[in-house]
Amino acid sequence: MIKKTFLLTASAAALTAAPAFAHSAWLKPSTTVLSDQSQSVTVDAATSTEPFNADHNAMNTDDIKVWAPDGTMGKIENAARGRYRSTFDVKIDKPGTWRIGTQTSSVSGTFKLNGEDWRVGRMRGGMGPAGPGGAAQLAGPAPAAGAPPRPAFDPSKVVASVAEIPAGATDLNLTESQSRNEFFVTSGEPSATALQPTNNGLEMVPEGSPTDLVQNEPGKFRFLVDGKPAPGIKVKVIPDGQRYRESEASQELTTDAGGAISVGWPVAGFYWLNASLSDDKPAAARATKRRLSYTATLEVVAP
Amino acid sequence: MRKSLMLAAGLAVPTAALAASPALAGSLNVTIPRQGVAEYHKPYVGIWIEPRGGGEARTLAVWYEIKKGGNEPGTKWLKDLRTWWRKGGRSLKMPADGVSGATRAPGAYRIPLPDNIRPGAYTLFVEAARENGGRELVSIPLSVPIKNASTAGKSELGAISITVR
Repeated sequence: MIKKTFLLTASAAALTAAPAFAHSAWLKPSTTVLSDQSQSVTVDAATSTEPFNADHNAMNTDDIKVWAPDGTMGKIENAARGRYRSTFDVKIDKPGTWRIGTQTSSVSGTFKLNGEDWRVGRMRGGMGPAGPGGAAQLAGPAPAAGAPPRPAFDPSKVVASVAEIPAGATDLNLTESQSRNEFFVTSGEPSATALQPTNNGLEMVPEGSPTDLVQNEPGKFRFLVDGKPAPGIKVKVIPDGQRYRESEASQELTTDAGGAISVGWPVAGFYWLNASLSDDKPAAARATKRRLSYTATLEVVAP
Repeated sequence: MRKSLMLAAGLAVPTAALAASPALAGSLNVTIPRQGVAEYHKPYVGIWIEPRGGGEARTLAVWYEIKKGGNEPGTKWLKDLRTWWRKGGRSLKMPADGVSGATRAPGAYRIPLPDNIRPGAYTLFVEAARENGGRELVSIPLSVPIKNASTAGKSELGAISITVR
């Protein structure tokens, strides 16, 4: 039992990177522009009630990937987990534009076996299935206030993956969740190799270099779903430093027919950009729904 | 590096004297002001021109800590000249012959403008960034053939002028 609880807690950290929850997962690099190849960027990584304000949970750095400008995979160094945020370094030892972040995919949902409810995937919150923010929330939005509580799942009726669904299971209701969360660093001249879309899931393609953003010039970005332009997607853009102003100061933008948005920057600084959508085109076997999320941290300099 | 700069400056004078159209020859005068601070570091300075109607930037000079090596070489802070860096500094290989030089102490400096700039309207930019200090970007119109022009910075740069020589 102790072991099981531990597993649930550990997996909770991985899941909080998913978009459907109230907490924002964010990566904040020390800089995004470097002028030689003997430096590193050091990065804060966490999930919080608001981006860049370390007030909730450290991010698991196991899933961080480093796409180097020459097409190879780099690595993170000096990873450490604090209470509210993790840190890691990346040695920026090649010229060009680097992409650093997470790219995760998982399947969760429910099925019935001999008339009993079972779950696939992991639980959030580490408080057991019936706790606040527990399993029931994974299947959809939180119940309205005053609504009767959803039935609690028996922790013994949970399987970790689709492959473990027993034969004879019925009423499968599985959702694939794909999520990206990334930032960009350029040493010397920018390059595009690490920015090539994989044409799988929700991706962002910057127009020009994502490390060349200036406060008095709009930033232009195109969103793709499975490699095709994604019109009508809602994109939220939030500037850093929310604690020092009255409002969130976020912008809600919608992609145009070509999947593009143009973002004006009210101030110089770091920005957290997030887009998400749901559709019924999962890539994972047996899933019928898909939830996609894309997050980027962008640095905008003063003119 | 300093020697080659001095040579380049020295060569420019006879060339200008020989040129048929002396109005083509011009100088840029840049003042680095004295700062009333306890810990002073000479600023990094980038100087470049851009065609008024848009087009590629051409760096005329960049002053940085050329001799500093090790883990934190002088090139590490070139990106702090953030506009120059984005507009073209990052595509130069440092040190750049006839362009890069050591940082300068407060004072007035005369920089001969290259005599191979095509006639036309340009904007000349001077950007300065100082450790433990500020950063300032000043622009001044540049016409070729050269016409006199002057402006001034407010914090990291002093008087800036273009003069026919």
